[in-house]
Amino acid sequence: MARIGVITFPGSLDERDAQRAIRLAGAEPVALWHGDHDLQGVDALVLPGGFSYGDYLRCGAISALSPIMTEVVTAANAGLPVLGICNGFQMLVEAHLLPGGLIRNDHGMFIRRDQALTVENTDTAWTNEFAQGDEIVIPLKNGEGGYIADAATLERLEGEGRVVFRYKGVNPNGSANDIAGVTNERGNVVGLMPHPEHAVEPGFGPNTRERMRSGVDGLRFFTSALQALQAV
Amino acid sequence: MPTIVVEVMPKAELLDPQGKAIAGALARTGRGDFQVRQGKRFELSVEGQVTDELLAQVREIADDVLSNSVIEDVVNVRVLETAPEA
Repeated sequence: MARIGVITFPGSLDERDAQRAIRLAGAEPVALWHGDHDLQGVDALVLPGGFSYGDYLRCGAISALSPIMTEVVTAANAGLPVLGICNGFQMLVEAHLLPGGLIRNDHGMFIRRDQALTVENTDTAWTNEFAQGDEIVIPLKNGEGGYIADAATLERLEGEGRVVFRYKGVNPNGSANDIAGVTNERGNVVGLMPHPEHAVEPGFGPNTRERMRSGVDGLRFFTSALQALQAV
Repeated sequence: MPTIVVEVMPKAELLDPQGKAIAGALARTGRGDFQVRQGKRFELSVEGQVTDELLAQVREIADDVLSNSVIEDVVNVRVLETAPEA
């Protein structure tokens, strides 16, 4: 059975949900600790959401200097599938594994909503079970989710198809080009602000047209990783 | 103990929602119409002399850790002048 690690940082909040999502997808979750220099031989990694170090300095900046991040950067550059969710996405940009940066929402407020996204790249390790142009709904909850990058970087990301998810209907935080998530050149590292791990189980996900709280669009992130691992 | 001050500001071309909120509050309370940008000031205190080498090291820390060049600029790195000891 594939083993997917979830790293807990001081102030992580969603590591249990991420572990549960991994289990529901059919893999074994492995709890990892930021202070270790050990990935325990996992096949893929999730950097979960939360407010590590109370968002001191910049969101994700201090966690990006954690001991385990040395191993994360090496493994990511060697092709290990890595998913950064919310605070995990902020860590990935601070660790220079993904381009751009995340700043305070343009309206200045924390936002929590069920957010529609368009899937624009299905070649990544975390999106291969989606179809191009799929509309999905997963929860979004952050205060600093505005994605920005300089014009040249944005142009390159758009040109290379590295925008993986785009906000649909409403841009909830002022992100450039409505960008909700991006990937690296290789497609093994993906970061996004919304939370797939909160939409994996009927009864606990976003509302759908059919039934309240029945949305499970997030599960396919994790089954995609299993697919990518089998394909290797 | 000498102190080195590092000042970091959000990039000028980026929206600064904190500064915008402050400007809004100033206007609302009749204190004037200002454009406001909010940045950060760090104070790094060390034992001993501030050498060129140490200043270079702090500049590197300012660029690599205290700021993120994607969203911020280091606008000032200087030694804090303290009153001479009596």
